[in-house]
Amino acid sequence: MNDATPVIAAKNVWKLFGPQPEKYLAGMEPGRSFEDIRADGYIAGVKDVSISLTRGEMLVIMGLSGSGKSTLVRCFSRLHDITGGTVEVEGQNIMALTERELIDLRRSKMGMVFQSFGLLPHRTVLENVAFPLEMRGQDRHTRRERALEMIRLVGLDGREEYFPRELSGGQQQRVGIARSLAIEPDIWFLDEPFSALDPLIRREMQDEFLRLQGMLGKSIAFITHDFDEALRLADRIAIMRNGAVEQCDTPDKIVLNPATEYVFKFTEDIDKARVVRARGLMQPLNGASPEGAPVDGMATIQALARDLVNDPREVIPVAGQDGAVAGQMKRQAALDILLGTR
Amino acid sequence: MAVASTDYAVQKTVELSLRNRVLWAMLGTALLLMLCRALGILPEWLIRLPEWAIPPSDIWLDAAFSFVQNDLGLIHVTRFVAEGPLEFLLDATANLLYGKRRWPDLGPIPWTAIAAAAAVIGYYLGGWRMSLLAGGTFVWTALIGQWEIAMQTMSVLTVAAPIAFLTGLGLGILAWKYAWFDKAIKPVLSVLQTLPFFTYLLPAVIFFKVGPTAGAVATIVYAIPPMILMTTLGLKKVSTEVVEAGHMSGCTRWQMLTRVYIPTARTEILVGVNQVIMLCLAMVVLTAFIGMPGLGAKLLAMMGSFKLGRSFEIGVTIVLLAIMLDRLSKAWVVKQPEHFERGTPWWQRHIFLLFTIGAFAVFVALAQVIQVFSEIGRTQHFSRGKEIDGIIKAALDIDMVQATTEWLRWFLNVNVLIPFRNSMLWVPTPAFILLVVAFAYWLGGRRPALYATVFFTIVAFSGWWDRSVITLYTVISAVIMATLIGIPLGIFAARSEKWSRRILLACDTAQTFPSFIYLIPAIMLFGVNDVAVVFSILIFSMVPLTRYTIEGLRTVPPEMTEAADMSGASRRQKLLSVQLPLALPTMAVGFNQAIMFAFFMVIIAAFIGTQDLGQELQRTLAGTELGKNFVLGMNVSLMALTFDLTILSWAEKRKKALGLA
Repeated sequence: MNDATPVIAAKNVWKLFGPQPEKYLAGMEPGRSFEDIRADGYIAGVKDVSISLTRGEMLVIMGLSGSGKSTLVRCFSRLHDITGGTVEVEGQNIMALTERELIDLRRSKMGMVFQSFGLLPHRTVLENVAFPLEMRGQDRHTRRERALEMIRLVGLDGREEYFPRELSGGQQQRVGIARSLAIEPDIWFLDEPFSALDPLIRREMQDEFLRLQGMLGKSIAFITHDFDEALRLADRIAIMRNGAVEQCDTPDKIVLNPATEYVFKFTEDIDKARVVRARGLMQPLNGASPEGAPVDGMATIQALARDLVNDPREVIPVAGQDGAVAGQMKRQAALDILLGTR
Repeated sequence: MAVASTDYAVQKTVELSLRNRVLWAMLGTALLLMLCRALGILPEWLIRLPEWAIPPSDIWLDAAFSFVQNDLGLIHVTRFVAEGPLEFLLDATANLLYGKRRWPDLGPIPWTAIAAAAAVIGYYLGGWRMSLLAGGTFVWTALIGQWEIAMQTMSVLTVAAPIAFLTGLGLGILAWKYAWFDKAIKPVLSVLQTLPFFTYLLPAVIFFKVGPTAGAVATIVYAIPPMILMTTLGLKKVSTEVVEAGHMSGCTRWQMLTRVYIPTARTEILVGVNQVIMLCLAMVVLTAFIGMPGLGAKLLAMMGSFKLGRSFEIGVTIVLLAIMLDRLSKAWVVKQPEHFERGTPWWQRHIFLLFTIGAFAVFVALAQVIQVFSEIGRTQHFSRGKEIDGIIKAALDIDMVQATTEWLRWFLNVNVLIPFRNSMLWVPTPAFILLVVAFAYWLGGRRPALYATVFFTIVAFSGWWDRSVITLYTVISAVIMATLIGIPLGIFAARSEKWSRRILLACDTAQTFPSFIYLIPAIMLFGVNDVAVVFSILIFSMVPLTRYTIEGLRTVPPEMTEAADMSGASRRQKLLSVQLPLALPTMAVGFNQAIMFAFFMVIIAAFIGTQDLGQELQRTLAGTELGKNFVLGMNVSLMALTFDLTILSWAEKRKKALGLA
């Protein structure tokens, strides 16, 4: 196993709900649609999904309610047993694990944050955060130290002895986050962690989350139904509908080239200049050497707006992450995005 | 789609007409049978089942019991439990609470120590008012001179309640975990909940020998069912996210159960504890019928010799104990853990525990020096039984009171109860069954009708038909009267927040009283006769009726009453066409409970002297007629279940139709 092995690799994963899902799937003719399957008395929670999560990546799974996004993520951690296909976590087929092995995997590698927090009401903040450590049998002193460290990390110092009901929604979710990080997981699942919060707090928590991720660099599967949130956080976005993945790509590419009608509807009202980065418009140099100073590939078109408007160059060089010129972008294309004439 | 809906409508009309035809056929046949009887042309065997047709089910059952008891050796197991661990526990609490000479030979604990500890616990759970209630109850009990009998009752309670709790919790977990187990115990539980308590008592006596052990066993069995139901309910309600959080934290199955499920279901489990305690108290008092000493036995003796003053005092003690246990355990349900700032010293975190121990120790020490702190002697108590007796009897002798009760008694007996009873007894058995089945079919549908047929046929073949009909007559007349009073009272109370709260509190309190208590005013007012029986059932079953009427009306969604207001409905129109229809399913649940309570009470009222199943049941207690006891008990249970299934099925359907479920 090396760095290139995906942390999670899902291949042709199916999750059907109904009376005898395995039997039905085995006998099902290929190509049946979500509606066909429903007519047969089954619900396709996850429908033939192949997707992977690479190390250190933030994969955002986006979809409306009932699209199967939560079900898919629960298949990754085997909170749901899948009906067909395989899910490999760091090269290990998790459906082949025994109960004991599965528990050990969760105790050492996975953390999860829930939409309605999922805190244990009878435990204090400290005891909630220390819960996973307690489950794996760490001694009282180390788990206390570690829990306190996590509480400090999410900025809840001084509230260690509070009970969940004494905290606001945002604070409760901080506890949820601290708990999910307590065991230092490699893989971090977040199931609509900010959806239950009001908009101002949500924004604040997103910033906080980006700060944490900047420090920790986990491999993340993040669920949301909010396209803006997805664009703001994601390295890659997978858009789901009726249990299937409609498109999985970087935010730039999804906005610039929506693969289906459904995805297009999401991108329609998006201010693309805020999403598309210079590297998204970048074309290969093909031997040309455009003049002048390059722009930062990671900068959004909106951030470059002022320069773009005043820049006399037709073709502008774009710098890669190392600062060297990696490609070029047409000024007109950038201006089109900025003015929305595309 | 359109085609489908027409099809559905057609099917619906077909079903309706079929339903009507079946109903009319049943009613018609019943009427025909009655007509024949009136004309005197109905053969004898259609009026009542002939003797030879009735199987000797009691003898068969006796044989079966005896086989299990003696041949399979169950008696040795139960006797071992009774004489071993159970008796040991009972002796220990008996020693601690009232000084029975058994291990650990420490008791009796001074009453002041118990009262002081109770007061501190009361304060911890619910502030000064609870403290006063908890401490005050024990002080009253001691000062009125009933400490020893009260402690006899409590000593059984303190053993029975924890055992019932643990057993119920365990079975509840099993029922939650294994669907087949849940399915298997559901019918058993509903039978157990409708079985008259006399039917619990006799097997207990036979298998567990007379005295506290049998009392404790009957009490435990009686209190288990609601604990099972509450446990299952609580565990099912734990949110999926909390469960998933547990799984993702790497809990093993055992850790899931003990660290996630049970603590999260705390509220429901504690509600179960409250119910266990209250049912235990109710049952412990009733075990007086099998000779268990304690408050119940004393009350039974006092009422038997018409000593109303002492009965009243004992009644007050029982009521106080009931209210205290209920309020304290409910306060425990809502008590949420408080957090302490970090670095709070140990003694500060456990301040109440230390205070409880301290108060207890201080009074134990004081009691060594000051005698009255340890025990209130025979001549020292403040009982005013004789005086109260005089007052009550004088009050009842006031002409107006006497005239009223006399008239009521005469009127009800001559014009209502006796004619009603005689007409019910006059109806030929098959016609009676048909009427009941028609009722079940009309209200509940096909399934309840099927149950009604089977259940009432069994009753007919049990050989106790007339007694069963008399039981039913008492229940029906009492519940009708309770409805006439209870529902208007509920409607009135529901009109204002203030009165709703007051009446609900009164209902809540009344519901905690052991049923036995309701006999006291009935006997006081009407003496020993049918009217007193009906009266005691009436007040007992009025409580749920009023309560659910208020709840039903108060929980009508506000947007609906607002819509009615904006449509210009008058108060009366709003009540009749908006509130009552929407509240009806909830009220039906109350009505059902009223019937169940009535079936329960009618059996206890055997004490006053009735001619129904209860009387026969009470008689079986004297002997060892286990088979007969069981047959009688099942009759009561089957009749109660028929109503239960019918009414609840209606309420369920109605709720669904209204979109309230």
